[in-house]
Amino acid sequence: MAAATETFYEVIRRQGITRRSFVKFCNLTAASLGLGPIAAAEMAEALETKPRTPVIWMHGLECTCCSESFIRSAHPLVKDVVLSMISLDYDDTIMAAAGHQAEAILEETKQKYKGQYILAVEGNPPLNEDGMFCIDGGKPFVEKLKWMAEDAMAIIAWGACASWGCVQAAKPNPTQATPIDKVIKNKPIIKVPGCPPIAEVMTGVVTYITTFGRLPELDRQGRPKMFYSQRIHDKCYRRPHFDAGQFVESWDDDGARKGYCLYKMGCKGPTTYNACSTTRWNGGVSFPIQSGHGCIGCSEEGFWDKGSFYDRLTTITQFGVERNADQVGGAVAGVVGAAVAVHAAATAVKRLTGKPTEKTDA
Amino acid sequence: MSVTSDDRSRAVLRGVMDADDHVIVSGPSIYVYEAPVRIWHWANALAIVVLAVTGYFIGSPLPSMPGEASDHFLMGYIRFAHFSAGYVLAIGFLCRILWTFFGNRHSRQIFYLPVWSGTWWAGILRELRWYMFLEKEPYKYVGHNPLAHVAMFLMFTLFTAFMIVTGFALYSEGAGIDSWQAKLFGWVFTYFPNSQDVHTLHHLGMWVIVVFAVIHIYAAIREDIMSRQTMISTMISGERQFRDEREG
Ligand code: HEM
Ligand code: HEM
Ligand code: SF4
Ligand code: SF4
Repeated sequence: MAAATETFYEVIRRQGITRRSFVKFCNLTAASLGLGPIAAAEMAEALETKPRTPVIWMHGLECTCCSESFIRSAHPLVKDVVLSMISLDYDDTIMAAAGHQAEAILEETKQKYKGQYILAVEGNPPLNEDGMFCIDGGKPFVEKLKWMAEDAMAIIAWGACASWGCVQAAKPNPTQATPIDKVIKNKPIIKVPGCPPIAEVMTGVVTYITTFGRLPELDRQGRPKMFYSQRIHDKCYRRPHFDAGQFVESWDDDGARKGYCLYKMGCKGPTTYNACSTTRWNGGVSFPIQSGHGCIGCSEEGFWDKGSFYDRLTTITQFGVERNADQVGGAVAGVVGAAVAVHAAATAVKRLTGKPTEKTDA
Repeated sequence: MSVTSDDRSRAVLRGVMDADDHVIVSGPSIYVYEAPVRIWHWANALAIVVLAVTGYFIGSPLPSMPGEASDHFLMGYIRFAHFSAGYVLAIGFLCRILWTFFGNRHSRQIFYLPVWSGTWWAGILRELRWYMFLEKEPYKYVGHNPLAHVAMFLMFTLFTAFMIVTGFALYSEGAGIDSWQAKLFGWVFTYFPNSQDVHTLHHLGMWVIVVFAVIHIYAAIREDIMSRQTMISTMISGERQFRDEREG
């Protein structure tokens, strides 16, 4: 266990990472966070002098895709550095310790770093049946979560699960899986949504917080502005085709081959806040739209419950049959139009057959 | 009836004089809709037509344009027209609200419902009966009849406000997180964190307003023919003329 005074720099040096690699890491991270060159120096300074911020990584109801994404961070350096920084403390999926030994770490961190550690949560707690749908270390996960949250400095809600609920919270949500911010109310929470979030976004967030000891600037939904302030659509390389009015009309048509905009195929880029169209995936290789498929809005609230992944608008289920806004609205307008026509005809008939009243010759 | 020159000129305007300068119809006429209301009405109607057409094509774009993307800006122009008309609608609506402080009694009608008034409720019933062909003739009204009043408040005023709020919230997504649109209307996303829902509601709102317009235009034309008072010309000249002098 690292002593309270040990810096991040000391830890990685002990792990055999060179100073050269460390400086590279600082530059790279500062760049990916959209910070200037001065920030890289500030970051190096902070990591060398400030005591390391411990990170506890817990798992509730989830599929581990966030962890999977995280350990595939593009730059191996980033991954190694950040991972060593985290696994030093607690991550029950990837750490070596197990059983009581592992649980003891939590207790120790809670006491030793009261109000100083970061609680990173992957997945969410199910609340039904007193939380019995997710037992972790013999206790309902929700209890463990609340217990560790008590003394945390801040909480990172990883992925769509911790941020919004994700598929385990899909209607009718039998286990009552609940996002973190609905359970923990008295701690700063940073949401890093996505299913999974992009690796560089995750490492960027962890590095920022552990380096500067505070959360980055958040938007209204509690997401870091540096990665979530723009939509996929705002930075999509197919956007010129959208503005021109050039769309893929069906899979594999000519437009699809030419790389036209996927709006008509239900691309949710216009309503999705994420960094895919700038950062891309797998080390900048590609992202869904670049591979010819629309965005499904995986970082958005309720994306799993809003109807087809191939419809831009939400399916309206209130009318029994699944419909979209145009079908409902068009049907109502049609009925009203028909009613108006019938009413007009009836009025005309009435007027022609009725006795002329004085008002007609007024 | 003595014909003053003022009366005459007003009557002449309405073409109800005979060749000898005798007033043939001099039914009582009341100035109802002041100029700002009338100008607003037609500008607003035009803006809504543009908004509904362009909005529809934003939701279901036209068939793809051939050639290079750099040769076209179709979606861009459609969206530009939508946003421009959106500004016209919003600024017009604001001015219309301001006018209620300066205008006559009728200028305030579409902004509230007199639910406390028994005669008003009775009036709705009677208008409903009139539309169900159960009344021989409707009452005369200086402003909007109670049924029209309900439709205007519920389907027009409320939904136009709704469209403006959701419209500018959607606009703020493109304008950016630091834009004034985001500062003023970003709160919408507190209630609907996924803007997909805001798109869907904005889209449904269009259909409410289209339905209102269909009913409204039909009713205006029908009442113009069937009722005991002028309708469409009233929204042009501001003068309401009654076609008989009976009471009720
Ligand atoms: C050809 C199209 C239209 C015609 C002939 C027309 C006619 C009229 C008439 C005659 C009135 C006065 C009703 C009365 O005295 O009770 C009126 C009022 C009104 N109309 Fe229209 N209208 C048209 C289009 C529209 C459209 C498209 C809208 C918006 C969706 C609209 C919204 C209104 C509103 C809100 C009022 C109330 C005005 C106020 O009190 O400030 N109209 N219209
Ligand atoms: C009666 C008034 C209006 C009607 C009928 C209307 C209709 C529509 C419709 C049908 C859509 C397509 C929604 C979708 O399928 O995603 C739309 C989108 C939009 N409207 Fe409106 N709208 C109105 C007012 C406004 C106003 C006042 C604004 C504010 C400037 C506005 C801004 C927008 C924006 C920003 C979009 C999204 C465009 C995009 O995604 O490219 N609208 N509107
Ligand atoms: S492909 Fe999707 S994100 Fe890209 S421009 Fe088209 S609608 Fe927007
Ligand atoms: S493109 Fe859309 S669906 Fe795909 S990963 Fe990015 S946010 Fe998720």
